[in-house]
Amino acid sequence: MDNISNTRTDKVLQVKNLSKMYGKGCHACFETTGPQYNTNICAHCGSVVAAHNVSFDLYKGEILGIMGESGSGKSTAVKCLYFDQVPSAGSAIFTDEAKQYELFNMNSAQQRHLANHRFGMVYQNPHQGLNFDISAGGNIAERLLMSEVDNYAAIRARATELLARTEVLPERMDELPKNFSGGMQQRVQISKALAINPPLLFLDEVTTGLDLSVQAAILDLILEIQHEQQTAMIVVTHDLGVIRLLAGRTLVMKYGRVIESGLTDQILEDPQHAYTQRLVASAL
Amino acid sequence: MVNTSNKRPILRVKNYSKYFTLHEQGKIIPSSHAVNLEVYPGQLTALTGPTGSGKSTVLKGIYRTYLPSSGHLYFRTRENQEIDLTLADEHRILELRRNDIGFVTQFLHALPRQITEDVVAQPLIQQGMKKTPAVNIAREILAAMNLPEDLWGISPATFSGGEKQRVNLARGLVSRPRLLLLDEPTASLDPDTTEIVIRLIEDLKHEGVAMLAIFHHPEVVKRMADSVVQLKPPTTSKIKLKETA
Repeated sequence: MDNISNTRTDKVLQVKNLSKMYGKGCHACFETTGPQYNTNICAHCGSVVAAHNVSFDLYKGEILGIMGESGSGKSTAVKCLYFDQVPSAGSAIFTDEAKQYELFNMNSAQQRHLANHRFGMVYQNPHQGLNFDISAGGNIAERLLMSEVDNYAAIRARATELLARTEVLPERMDELPKNFSGGMQQRVQISKALAINPPLLFLDEVTTGLDLSVQAAILDLILEIQHEQQTAMIVVTHDLGVIRLLAGRTLVMKYGRVIESGLTDQILEDPQHAYTQRLVASAL
Repeated sequence: MVNTSNKRPILRVKNYSKYFTLHEQGKIIPSSHAVNLEVYPGQLTALTGPTGSGKSTVLKGIYRTYLPSSGHLYFRTRENQEIDLTLADEHRILELRRNDIGFVTQFLHALPRQITEDVVAQPLIQQGMKKTPAVNIAREILAAMNLPEDLWGISPATFSGGEKQRVNLARGLVSRPRLLLLDEPTASLDPDTTEIVIRLIEDLKHEGVAMLAIFHHPEVVKRMADSVVQLKPPTTSKIKLKETA
C-alpha cells in the first residue's frame, strides 16, 4: 500500500462528477458558467448549470460539510443523492453491508426502496420532510411502515423512543406538526429520518432560520447521533459556524462548482480560493 | 547537543515554506521560509525566533491546518515508514491526528456546552475507547494538573486563562500521541501550574513522546529543549523569489 493513502475500508459513498443541468444544454454551457464567470446560466443557450463535476467520498461516521451561498448547487448535489432530483451526469456508489449500489443506475422503485430503508433526509423546511396532515407519531410510523415494520406496539414504542431521544415530549406524539414550534418540527423531522437507523443521513440547512438556542440544541443532537450510531452525514449549509462545529471535511461550492475542499480547520484558517477567503473574512 | 544515537527522527522537515496568498488584497504574505529541522522520539525540539518568524506556521503546517507552499514533512509512522505529510490524503491526516500527532495551542477550541471531563476524554473516545474508562482517564489527568474537581462537570467556556490552558493540555496529552506539537503551552499559567505542566511534559518525554514546541519563556526553552531551532523572519528578496517560482 502506498502509505500516504488512508487505511480505512469503510467508505459509505463515492460520488464522481455529479452534474445537474436545467435546460437543453449546449456546447458552451461549461465554458461560460462557473465562479470565474459569476453565473451558472449559460450565456449561449440559457440553461442553468446547477452543479457540475462534483466529486467526493464519505466514510462511516464522518460528517462532510458542503458550504456555499444560495444558488451554489450545494442542495442540488444532496437532492440528487436522495433521488429528489435526477442528475444529468455522474456516478455515486453507496456501499452498505458489503453490497454496492450504483445510485443513478437503479430504477425508481429500487431508488425509493433504498431511500426508505437506508437513507435519511432532513430538509430546511419541515413541510418538505413531514406530512402535516398526520401526527408527529404518525410521521414516524409512516417511515417505519415503509421499512416493513408493521407491528403497532413496536411502532408506537419506537416512535416514543425517538421522540424522547430528540427531546420532543412523547405525550405530544399524537399532535399534528403544525402545533409545534419550528425547532420542535425540526426535531420530529430528525426523528423521522432516524427511525430506521440509516447509515447515511443528509441534512440540508437544518438549523437555518431557528433561534440560536434551538440551533445549538439541534447541532448537539446531530453530534450525539453521529457518535452513537456512527452515521455518515452530509451537512449542507451556508453557516460557517455549523461547518466548524460539525464537519471534519468541507467542500466549498460556488455557481455549481466545487472551488475547494479540505479539512475543515484548513478551509477556515487557510482558505485558498478568493471566494472562500471572503466568506471566512466576513464571518461574524 | 542533539542526541541521535540509535534513534531515527520521527519528523524531518525539509525546506518547508509557507506563504499566504490573499486574493482580496492582492498580496503574498510570507510566513515560514526554508525551514529545516528534525524531531526525535523522547526529545523536545524547541522553535525559537522573533514574532513573525513563522514558528506557529510550522506547527500548523505539520498538522495540515495550513497547506504547505513548498518543501517536505517526512513523518515516521508506527510501521517505521516515512511518509510525506504534504502529500498524504485528508483521511490519512485525520487518522494521524487521531492516533499519532497531537496539537496543543494557546487557545482552547472545545465544543460549546461540553463539560470539561468530556472535552478531555474526547480524543480517547475517538480512538475507540468506551466512554466510562475514557472519562476515568480524563479525571486522572485533570487531577494531576490540579484542576479543582468541582470544575470537571461544567463547560470550560467560563474558565480563567490558566484553567482553560490546563484543560487544553490535558486533552492534548490524554491520547498519548507519538508526536506532540506545543504552541506556548505555558503562556498563561502561573509559576506553580507552569511547574506542573513542565513535569508532565518531562514525563511524556521519558515515555518516548517526541515534541516540537514553542515556549514563550527562554528559561523554559533552556530547561526543556534537547535541541533548538532558530527561525528568522522571511526577507523580501526571498518572497520575490517565491513569487516567481
